[in-house]
Amino acid sequence: MPRSAVKTARGGPVINRPRARSEARSALGFLTPSATGLTLFVVFPTLLAIVTSFFIWPTFGEISPAGFANYTDLFRAGNTFPAALVNTIVFTAVTIPANLVLSLGMAFWIATSRFKQFYRVLFFLPVVTPSVATSIIWKMLYQPGGLLDYVASMVGLKMPNLLANQSTALLAVTVVILWNGLGYNTLIFSAAIDQLPDEVLDAAKIDGAGFWSTLLRVKLPLITPAVFFATTVTMIQAFQIFNQPYVMTAGGPGTATMTVVMDIYHKAFQFGELGAASAPAMILFGLILIVTLVQWLSQKFWVNYE
Amino acid sequence: MLAVGVRESLLLVVAVLYIAPIAYTVTSSLKPNGEIFTQPPSLVGSEVRWANYADVFAYAPFLRYILNGFLISLGATIVVLATSALAAYAFGILRWRGRDATLLGYLATMMIPQEVLVIPMFLLLQRFGWINTWQALILPWAFGAFGTFLLRQFFMSLPYQLVEASRRDGCSNWGTFTRVILPLARPSLAVLGVWTFITHWNSFLWPLIAVNDIEGLGNVSLGLQTFFGEHGAAWNLVLAASVISIAPTMLIVILLQRHLVKGIATVGLAGR
Repeated sequence: MPRSAVKTARGGPVINRPRARSEARSALGFLTPSATGLTLFVVFPTLLAIVTSFFIWPTFGEISPAGFANYTDLFRAGNTFPAALVNTIVFTAVTIPANLVLSLGMAFWIATSRFKQFYRVLFFLPVVTPSVATSIIWKMLYQPGGLLDYVASMVGLKMPNLLANQSTALLAVTVVILWNGLGYNTLIFSAAIDQLPDEVLDAAKIDGAGFWSTLLRVKLPLITPAVFFATTVTMIQAFQIFNQPYVMTAGGPGTATMTVVMDIYHKAFQFGELGAASAPAMILFGLILIVTLVQWLSQKFWVNYE
Repeated sequence: MLAVGVRESLLLVVAVLYIAPIAYTVTSSLKPNGEIFTQPPSLVGSEVRWANYADVFAYAPFLRYILNGFLISLGATIVVLATSALAAYAFGILRWRGRDATLLGYLATMMIPQEVLVIPMFLLLQRFGWINTWQALILPWAFGAFGTFLLRQFFMSLPYQLVEASRRDGCSNWGTFTRVILPLARPSLAVLGVWTFITHWNSFLWPLIAVNDIEGLGNVSLGLQTFFGEHGAAWNLVLAASVISIAPTMLIVILLQRHLVKGIATVGLAGR
């Protein structure tokens, strides 16, 4: 999240000692419900996930230590993890630039319209739609003999069965996820554009800057904090993709649309190997941490905080 | 003038195309079964078959799925609002040693993705004997630090004199919290509440894992998925069921658009 979002804590050194002590006691009371839940349902499970990944841990039955075997097994021949990892990385690498360019473009376009609010809500609707439903909708559109087939034939193209084809299935799923999620970033950017200071835009106008140069040299740099936020969130979500490929292709054909999360799900809840499933979960976690950290460190090179 | 007109019309065309998949689904959900994949495709079928919707409710307990999803989302929303508001008061209003370090710890937990937690969560609930229970669907994801952080940011934007005045009037912290802070925080509580409700309503991966008895505890996503699998061929019914599952959240967003758009714009909601 952007640094500017974290407001600095209120109050300087605590002078009034008895008051401070009583506030500390109250704080404990106010904090207990949430801290208990957070410990039980987030912190403890995270630690347990690390432990689980080093054991042979069937859903029912004997648990035994496995060392690093769960990790090394992932790269044995026949394991679906490498394909899932490559798909997830390819998917993320395609989604992020596509999503950002399209949603930025849409946000700037919407900003010029008199019906800004209407378009924001319209583009946001797919975001709040259950992804199982949107997956079904797009499966219908992709179906041979369906709407997209017809549109392609109108311009003289013969459309292959995109979801059933090794080389196009991942792309077809990516399109659906882009369509599904675009409105979220469009809304974030649209709001950031609204908050651009008038003085700066007026100054650009007085200096004779045209539409495009104002857009690229003035507006875009000013909303980089929003771009930073959106990139981080989009990336984390892209690494976790599951619902759409699960419903549309079940990871197929072959492993063409298998993702890391689907691999975790299969290993844990189809084959009942919780230890073997925890290893890819930890790798995914590490990947997300590293990428977020790199992204965070890169801020100072491209994000403008006034 | 013409340029503006052209720009607006083009934008309208793009918007119509963007929303076309949903619109086409709605009209197709009213077609007779044989007409979903006709060439050339038609927007409206030979008859408007409202009976598709009655058939959906006859084939699968969609009312039950809706009720289940509603109760689960409502339960989770109450837990999130209550615990987050309390914690936000401790972080945003009260002064105590170690506060900022504790907050940082809270924020760090936001980095942990749900996928890392599903397996240990499953083990935990298996141990509690909670698999296939309401609490398994309501509690596990109701303790993210996100809500606390969002409300804390809002509480900090309130003038601190309010708190001081309330104390001078003899209010305890509990009194200040319930009578001064919470009433003022209503808009941000609404945003957090609606967003929590929607994410739980749409949840899929966790119900898929934690629910065996789909009719008793399944939400619309889960119901839709089984419906799609079992009745695979009856596309018109599947589409009608999809429309049924889409309608509630869309309605919420359209009705509450102003609050929601403003809230998401100010914080950017990283929901689960």
